[in-house]
Amino acid sequence: MDVQALLSFLVGVVVSGLVLGFVYAIIALGYTMVYGVLQLINFAHSEVFITGAVVGFEVFRVLATAPINGYLKLIIALLSAMIISGLLNVLIERLAYRPLRNAPRLVPLITAIGVSLILQDLLRILEGFQGRFDLTYTLPQGFSNTFCGSTSSCAAFGSFLSGIGVQLQIKEVILVVVAVLMLALLNYIVNYTRMGRAIRAVAQDRVTAGLMGIDSNRMISLTFLIGGALGGVSGVLFGLKFGTINAYSGFDPGIVAFTAAVLGGIGSIPGAVLGGLVLGVIQNLIGVTNILGSLLGIANLQSIDASYQRIGAFILLVVILIVKPTGLLGRSNTEKV
Amino acid sequence: MSAPTSVRPPDRTALLLTIAAVTSLLMLVSQHSEWLAALPAGLQNILGNSLVRSLVLTLFLANLLFAYRWRAQTWAKLLIGTVCLLLILPWAGRDNSAVFDLAIQIGIFAALSLGLNIVVGLAGLLDLGYIAFFAVGAYVWSIVGSGQLSKILTYYGANSGGAGTGSLLLGLLITLATAASLLWIRRQKGARTRLASFSFALAAFGLVAGLVLVARSIMVLAAPQAAALSSGINGNFFWLFLALAVLAAAIVGILIGLPVLRLKGDYLAIITLGLGEVIRVLANNLTLYTNGSQGITPIGSAPVPWLDAIAAQLGFSEDQYNLLFLYLLVLVLIGIIIMVNIRLDRSRIGRAWIAIREDEVAAQAMGVPLVRTKLIAFATGASFAGAMGMIFAAKQTFVSPESFILNESIGVLSMVILGGMGSIPGVILGAAVVTILKLSVLPSLGEITATLNLPQQVNPNQLQRLIFGTILVLMMLFRPEGLLPSRRQAMVLHEGEEDNAPSASSIGADSERDATAEPYSAGEATRKDDERTGGER
Repeated sequence: MDVQALLSFLVGVVVSGLVLGFVYAIIALGYTMVYGVLQLINFAHSEVFITGAVVGFEVFRVLATAPINGYLKLIIALLSAMIISGLLNVLIERLAYRPLRNAPRLVPLITAIGVSLILQDLLRILEGFQGRFDLTYTLPQGFSNTFCGSTSSCAAFGSFLSGIGVQLQIKEVILVVVAVLMLALLNYIVNYTRMGRAIRAVAQDRVTAGLMGIDSNRMISLTFLIGGALGGVSGVLFGLKFGTINAYSGFDPGIVAFTAAVLGGIGSIPGAVLGGLVLGVIQNLIGVTNILGSLLGIANLQSIDASYQRIGAFILLVVILIVKPTGLLGRSNTEKV
Repeated sequence: MSAPTSVRPPDRTALLLTIAAVTSLLMLVSQHSEWLAALPAGLQNILGNSLVRSLVLTLFLANLLFAYRWRAQTWAKLLIGTVCLLLILPWAGRDNSAVFDLAIQIGIFAALSLGLNIVVGLAGLLDLGYIAFFAVGAYVWSIVGSGQLSKILTYYGANSGGAGTGSLLLGLLITLATAASLLWIRRQKGARTRLASFSFALAAFGLVAGLVLVARSIMVLAAPQAAALSSGINGNFFWLFLALAVLAAAIVGILIGLPVLRLKGDYLAIITLGLGEVIRVLANNLTLYTNGSQGITPIGSAPVPWLDAIAAQLGFSEDQYNLLFLYLLVLVLIGIIIMVNIRLDRSRIGRAWIAIREDEVAAQAMGVPLVRTKLIAFATGASFAGAMGMIFAAKQTFVSPESFILNESIGVLSMVILGGMGSIPGVILGAAVVTILKLSVLPSLGEITATLNLPQQVNPNQLQRLIFGTILVLMMLFRPEGLLPSRRQAMVLHEGEEDNAPSASSIGADSERDATAEPYSAGEATRKDDERTGGER
């Protein structure tokens, strides 16, 4: 067994897992914020997210030949995905959840599933009218290259990275940077502004918040707007990372991100980020179990491959919910009768 | 809503009989190619149209609904029920196997929704992985009822791993010892110590290991039989495996239920969704047992010589014998399932389920054992699905993981919700409506639009998600009690809305109107309902 090869392989897997984890983290934030204010699993969030990915695809496609900087294109894509996904999420809340505010808890959950199905088909039809199903991102020049171009110091850093087994692409660096920026922005909004305080108040106790003069419906809409905008951003980043998406591909990352939110403690914002990162790494490890098996010389592991990735997330979810239902960073709450 | 309570709806025996006669005739003619050919050209074109055909079939099935809902002489109701199900439908099926196919599918999905109704409608546990139990039933039979069994045995013969009679005995010993110690630990009174729970877990692991060893040794010992089983096990074992499929599905239900049923509503939903997917992914990846995504085919069915002889006398063609048998079997099973449902609904356990649905904490305080009651709901629902999965496998003669995707679970859920959670006639109606929509109306609409040069993307045949989604959303927003609500559910959901009218009578009037409003196009019916509820508020 070659320890060096194994180590550098593991480092590479962990780093690319962290990159993936940042995407999951931002999606998980959408789930966790909505859950925080409404105690509702927003099933439709995976479609809000994939809508962002489709918007990003459209922007890159339309601007493919435009003579502007690739980074500018990316910013346009991110902004339009944020706006459209955010507004879509607000619209969903307005039409499908708000009328059911006082219904039993299963009722809005079922509508959420319904909305998710409707959006999947609408997206498919929308793109289908132009004869497309699988949408492949046309990335601006330089985005899909390996880490940095010709700058000598950067090239040295790049060769150092590849020396320890890390294969970073420029788009992955962008992904992490954007994700961290979004997280910082969200942290600022939620913790250091009046608006954020109002949202937290509504999450804690809607009725009392109303007595304090907070318009809880507006704050819920705002939460959906922010969650949707984060979903849009993560959609574009997801498309950037994987290149090809379709109307139905929101389900898998959606479920993983939800698992991440639960893992970190649903309702908790740092928890969602932590959960996302952990799950990204775990998923990547499951995906390469067969390679690990051959590196370690364990033949039995070789039949476990990427097709087990998604059930890995589910099994983890079951275990977490049984062992520690409040998640890593969640607070336990006793049920009021 | 202001109708006085004392007015009873008029007796509609004559109308009922007329409608039944007309629709039966129309259906028989439309499905019989020779009779159709004898008609004048214009009529022939209309009745031969696939959309008209499926509408006629729908109307014919609506008879049964009318017979159930309308006030009429009991003999007329019974006559229509028996003649339609046992005479007219098989007759039409003889002329066109597609009718049989549809009828069996409706039966299968009606039974599935009745099972899910127990879990979701009565016990209030949102199960999004229900189709997994259906898959268990289907795979139980398809593995032994096809050549797959001999493939597995051949594999074990080649890779015996030293297993044989000795390991069989050892496995039996371990199984018995661990099972006995499990029971013994359970029976110990007093405080539950760490040691006790540790040894319990250890014994449980031992039990699993023992069972695996036994199963493996049996496989190895049976390996020489592989050649004899190249086309599956003798069909007469169908009945034994029907029981086994029910049992296996119930056990899987309990195994899945045990860890997750402590969770509340929405967590439970997402976990069951996950475990449903786990079973599908396993079916996809355990190629040795399930043949992976290629699926298993051909799958045998039970030989019933006397029925075949009767069928031959009645002019059925040979490939329809099996369909006729499965059709009758589905009818019998549905009957049993409905009886079980009614008994359960009115029993102690049924009331416990409803209590849990309404308020878990209060139910627990009243002495309802939560986990056990929920497990019974899970296992009962699962066992119906197991039986139906087996019939599904025998009917399709082909089973692959594609039939057990999440969408199917959601399809069954939308049947339950469309019909009315907790209402037995409701969920049967919901299953019939959605199945006809999915298998008959949408494909024929698809055929028509194909000639209109519409883009493939808006082909109605591909809009299942959109339609299921719309059903779920609109029903939840505007008529959460479903098309044929159960009285209790409707009263709960409309509590306080109609203070002046006695609610029981208004619900009666409501559902009466529903039956006459022909709620057979899901979209249309909900739109009407939407307007009505809008007016009330």
